[in-house]
Amino acid sequence: MSPGPIAPSLIVTASPHVKAPDSTPKIMWHVVLSLVPVVVSAAWFFGVSALLVILAASLGALAAERAFGRGGTLADGSAVITGLLLGLTLPAGLPLWMACLGGAFGIGFGKSVWGGLGQNVFNPALVGRAFLQAAFPVAITTWPKVGGGFWSLAGDLFAFPFTHPHPDAITSATPLGLLKFEGKSTAISDLVFGAHGGSLGETLGLVILAGGAYLAIRGYLNWRIPASILLTVALASALLHVVDPQKPDAYFMLFSGGLVLGAVYMATDLVTSPVTNGGRWVFGVGIGLLVVVIRVWGGLPEGVMYAILFMNALVPFINRATQPRVFGTRLGVAQ
Amino acid sequence: MRLAFGFRHGVHPPEEKGLTQALPIRRMPFPDDLVLPLRQHAGNPAKLCVKAGDYVERGDTIAEADGFISVPIHASAAGVVSDVGWWPHPDGSMAMAVHIRVDRYAPQVQRPRLVPKWEGLTPDEVVKAVQQAGVVGLGGAAFPTHVKLRPPKGSVVHTLIINGAECEPYLTSDHRTMAEYPARVLFGIRVMMQTLGVKKCVVGIERNKPDAIEAMRKAVPRDLDVTILPLTVKYPQGAEKMLIQAVTGVEVPSGKLPVMVGVVVQNVGSVSAIAEVFETGLPLIERIVTVSGHGLRRPANLIVPVGTKLRDLLAFCDGLTPDAAEVIVGGPMMGLSQANLDAPVIKGTTGVVVLAGRETRGVKTYPCIHCGRCLDACPVFLNPSLLGDLARVGRHEEMAELHLADCMLCGSCAFVCPSNIPLAQLFQASKTALKRVQAGAA
Repeated sequence: MSPGPIAPSLIVTASPHVKAPDSTPKIMWHVVLSLVPVVVSAAWFFGVSALLVILAASLGALAAERAFGRGGTLADGSAVITGLLLGLTLPAGLPLWMACLGGAFGIGFGKSVWGGLGQNVFNPALVGRAFLQAAFPVAITTWPKVGGGFWSLAGDLFAFPFTHPHPDAITSATPLGLLKFEGKSTAISDLVFGAHGGSLGETLGLVILAGGAYLAIRGYLNWRIPASILLTVALASALLHVVDPQKPDAYFMLFSGGLVLGAVYMATDLVTSPVTNGGRWVFGVGIGLLVVVIRVWGGLPEGVMYAILFMNALVPFINRATQPRVFGTRLGVAQ
Repeated sequence: MRLAFGFRHGVHPPEEKGLTQALPIRRMPFPDDLVLPLRQHAGNPAKLCVKAGDYVERGDTIAEADGFISVPIHASAAGVVSDVGWWPHPDGSMAMAVHIRVDRYAPQVQRPRLVPKWEGLTPDEVVKAVQQAGVVGLGGAAFPTHVKLRPPKGSVVHTLIINGAECEPYLTSDHRTMAEYPARVLFGIRVMMQTLGVKKCVVGIERNKPDAIEAMRKAVPRDLDVTILPLTVKYPQGAEKMLIQAVTGVEVPSGKLPVMVGVVVQNVGSVSAIAEVFETGLPLIERIVTVSGHGLRRPANLIVPVGTKLRDLLAFCDGLTPDAAEVIVGGPMMGLSQANLDAPVIKGTTGVVVLAGRETRGVKTYPCIHCGRCLDACPVFLNPSLLGDLARVGRHEEMAELHLADCMLCGSCAFVCPSNIPLAQLFQASKTALKRVQAGAA
């Protein structure tokens, strides 16, 4: 007697044989989806220039992913997120070739050289932004004024690569810049509702928070990171404001600059943030403190980008230090 | 932290118990032939004591226990031993097995008792009788039950915990057993409590089985201290260490047995089997199996003779649907995928689940994006993300330092992984590799 043939149509896999419905591309594309309102409101404030800058950054990111990534990695949606997020950190009048180059640099040096999705230490969008800040310090701090009609093109969008831009556009300083360099404060209502100069994503606090809430409810974003960043910034700046009323208060700190965008979308990047819940609190508190330190005492008006990049570098150590206690290994009990 | 009636972490796979949880247990007729592997339990395989051509009665011993941590195998039906040879085992390997061609004309009734009556037996006699009846843990691991009835010398057992969690999706055999035969389960509990000399027993049942909880509560006799405890519905609630924590609030130390904290855990099906062998006088030759899944035409809870081929069992349930994709022995979280439907139902077979194509895991995997979901799922608080990275590059010693040994391969991490990384499979392979290294060093 011998056993019969293997049933032809059956598959054989290792356990578990079922899987939760979420997949990596699904998470990524939901992040993209949640960014759509943010992009739309950037266009509302800055006109078509905003869309062009975001598009250029995204195209640069996608081109680099296509060029350096392993086959088929475009479809997982992560490069689109990098492009969109980078675009949102740029001013509306940035020459498009710079935005495109920033996107390509972010993916190429922020992600592909590390080994692609999941391997990078630093947030790719912020790597792109840091590159642009170092390479084009003037262009990236030329902030067009909000308003001026949807179809009006801000700044030197179509400047030819490597030519000197002509800074003849109507510009305005950011609230943080105004405070740091001119000692002027900005009305809180303008801050919350976005009617002030700045990067595309600096002006839309409420929309970004809504997008973050959507992701958090679906479980695609860990609320602990934005909560700890925002709380830390609020508490630290409130404390400083009490000690020295010349220093900005908590509302101003929360809604100015790229803090909300950074806290909700940059710091929560799954790949470059800690995997433990304890680590996420440490990570968020660290970012919050660094933001306050850079903004209040540093030479730069804004510090969210460097705060996040610095804490990104610490993530492996945070992960190691915040490993949960393994079941059945209570301290003091012999193993 | 004391968490009442549950444990931390874990996952919520779709329960899918509605397919069979209301179906009464029915008896499946004898198939034409049976295959009884000599290795159906943890410990030494049984030693063959029949040869081809022998006629065996239902309940006859066909293989004897080999040592204390071993049990005999009995003929599940009267018939002729047609062959002894290698045959597919549901664990995927080949195993020496006895083939019995069932005698269509045999009465299949029990002969004089093969197992003595329980009343009046000393604990040692009970242990011996349970071993000779071939009773093993019916929750899947098939650990010989009589070994648990004799805790190691010097250990004090104060609580017997009965595992009625049945946290695997689809499976309802324990559920139906408790709902339909509560008195038998409680008789088994009485035998265990008296043999172990414990005064206290807790039966943990997940809240999604209200009828079982109700039936068990009604059946508790006045003279026994038995608590029926509803538990949170979460996988792997039925894992021994999770259940002990849920019931007592105590963590079993890493690498130790439950008896360290004064607890013995036994599965509902096994307790019921103890009761049954003393009631009927027959050894363990049949068991309750849930046959279910969206790839099966007629799901059922069946009393199945041990040794029934999966092919015959599935045919009795009207066969597979056109979109059936995977046949699993056990539940979909920890069960074993079958490559050959000639493999038999063995003592540890809790269920046979046929998944439809849409339920199976896809082939496509993505890189780990360090989302940390596996850390939030792991019931023993490991870091599957890191362990997975280490497994892929073969750094098994580092994995051992990170408590790979505490991983019970429950599959919660792989279930939640959005990148579809087969973490449980990687850990299984690493454990095997480590064992090989250790065996080589010794």
